[in-house]
Amino acid sequence: MSLHLTIPRDAGALAVGADEVAAALQVAAMARGLELTVTRTGSRGLYWLEPLVEVVTEAGRIGYGPVTPDDAEGLIEALAGDGAHRLRVGRPEDLPFLKRQTRLTMARTGIVDPRSFEDYQAHGGLEGLRKAIEIGPAAIVEAVTQSGLRGRGGAGFPTGIKWKTVADAKADRKYIVCNADEGDSGTFADRMLMEGDPFCLIEGMAIAGIATGATKGFVYIRSEYPHAVAAMEAAMTAARRGGMLGRAVLGSAHAFDMEVRVGAGAYVCGEETSLLQSLEGKRGTVRAKPPLPAHKGLFARPTVINNVLSLATVPIVLARGAAFYRDFGMGRSRGTMPIQLAGNIRYGGLAEVAFGVTLGELVDDIGGGTLSGRPVRAVQVGGPLGAYFPRALFDTPFDYESFAARDGLIGHGGIVVFDDTVDMKRQARFAMEFCSIESCGKCTPCRIGAIRGAETIDKIIAGQDVARNIAVVEDLCQTMKFGSLCALGGFTPYPVLSAIRHFPEDFDVTPHRVAAE
Amino acid sequence: MQAYEDGAYEDWNAERAAAIIAAGKDREGPLLPILHGFMAAFGYVPEPAVPMVAEALNLSRAEVHGVVTFYHDFRREPAGRHVVKLCRAESCQAAGCERLADHLEEKLGIGFGETTPDGRVTLEPIYCLGLCALSPAALIDDRVVARLDEKRLDAVLAETLR
Repeated sequence: MSLHLTIPRDAGALAVGADEVAAALQVAAMARGLELTVTRTGSRGLYWLEPLVEVVTEAGRIGYGPVTPDDAEGLIEALAGDGAHRLRVGRPEDLPFLKRQTRLTMARTGIVDPRSFEDYQAHGGLEGLRKAIEIGPAAIVEAVTQSGLRGRGGAGFPTGIKWKTVADAKADRKYIVCNADEGDSGTFADRMLMEGDPFCLIEGMAIAGIATGATKGFVYIRSEYPHAVAAMEAAMTAARRGGMLGRAVLGSAHAFDMEVRVGAGAYVCGEETSLLQSLEGKRGTVRAKPPLPAHKGLFARPTVINNVLSLATVPIVLARGAAFYRDFGMGRSRGTMPIQLAGNIRYGGLAEVAFGVTLGELVDDIGGGTLSGRPVRAVQVGGPLGAYFPRALFDTPFDYESFAARDGLIGHGGIVVFDDTVDMKRQARFAMEFCSIESCGKCTPCRIGAIRGAETIDKIIAGQDVARNIAVVEDLCQTMKFGSLCALGGFTPYPVLSAIRHFPEDFDVTPHRVAAE
Repeated sequence: MQAYEDGAYEDWNAERAAAIIAAGKDREGPLLPILHGFMAAFGYVPEPAVPMVAEALNLSRAEVHGVVTFYHDFRREPAGRHVVKLCRAESCQAAGCERLADHLEEKLGIGFGETTPDGRVTLEPIYCLGLCALSPAALIDDRVVARLDEKRLDAVLAETLR
């Protein structure tokens, strides 16, 4: 008898023992004389079940998780029999967490073998690129524009408009730069996609190259993601061998090749102009805009700089058509958003849904509330520079404009859940401290404002002149918001001011003892 | 990508540095890849390498120094034989990483950013490993570990820091 299992090689699965589980299963299978084939995939994003082992059957894949090495023997025994086991979760697609999702960008992540170019094509890969070659640059830009796709990195700028600007620019060279410097706490969709479906990103970049006339691409990946770096390198080699990259992309007249570059631990390099500086080998300090990178970007050439998810969404837009994608979503937020549920959460993982689902549905229904079992008190949406929302704002629809209307941002789609033990003045202080550590130092509001902000919050924590010092912090936030060169200083006020506004009781540290005595 | 195993790094040697520079200097934007090359070979960016890179890339020493000191990853002296990086960003905070931070400081007898006197372990914070659905997380040498509590952290340290 032979068995075919899939086991993720995603960093999240590895961090909870996927390699040890794979090894133990091999040993157990050998002991029973079973022939075992193991395919290492990405993660489906059901992280509370990782390591999630799936057995390939005629009825589809059946999942078991979370599996530990100690479960290996029993699991192999069960799989050799009728498959019944206490860790059996059934078909992952039938789990409520996945059932509620619409996977477009992340459709193949966790399903395919990320190192197999053949498997990628067997699951619909290259359809978008073939279509792009067929219709040509102007029609590609038009399709991306019509799809309503906006930058998934946070700013939400329309992708088609960015591409058109670069396509129209005249230059001897143009570049496609993928911002894979996903540094926001609570976000991991870029990492998952690069580790689980790297060819999809390569396909998106090649399409961007054809659309704009750029022949060279760079993926700037943060050094904290060594597994993503390895997955992208391996996929690029396979793509080159398969004729997807090189002098004639899929035999067309278009040349496109790419390179991976590794960052060096500077959060600010996620800001697009800092990232370009870093790619050029400089300190990752922010450049003033204009000129826009679309006019003068990498090495002063017209450059498309997009997030991983934006580029990885383009293949499906081309393959299925702009209207198909645009039909998902609400208002001016079209399509789907890979949302990441993190922090103190029961069902942590990746939930790709159409825009418009409410924050409460995401946290309570899909995420299942806190892991600690205590009440949810605050959720931070959009990374370290995103606002903290209380339960009172759980009716906010997940959409760029709705969050902005409530002084928040969706950023890269990360949601970090905190229970009622959180101390919001400490979270406000952390935001200022983080900004001061990571500031590139080029502009005064960010460089000095953040340090002054942390000092002032220290005074509030010490109960010193609280009302006056809160006013100082609010004033500083205004200066940072309107005076900073980039989003690092400009957005730090979001977590700070939202903490003060929505959780004032945590800042009220005036000693009450005197009155009580 | 990084290995901190005993003896994994070479001692400073100018010839090796020159080879790393030669291998990287014709790339577009060569400075960061070259500095990463030094990190991989020596475990840090040795001071004598700075003028060599400056000369090869036609930059001033000050410019190279400015880049080396800007990025958190580039060490200017060797780290301990093992490096423990605990994530202290928001998601891990929400799941109790500050308790683990205290635990590590007490267990190792050092603060964050410090190396044990015997040169065995360097303890550092890291801000996000992208394992946020499995918080708290850490990077111990080149091994990612998540869903940590004191017990699991101690077990992993016992395996790794032999």
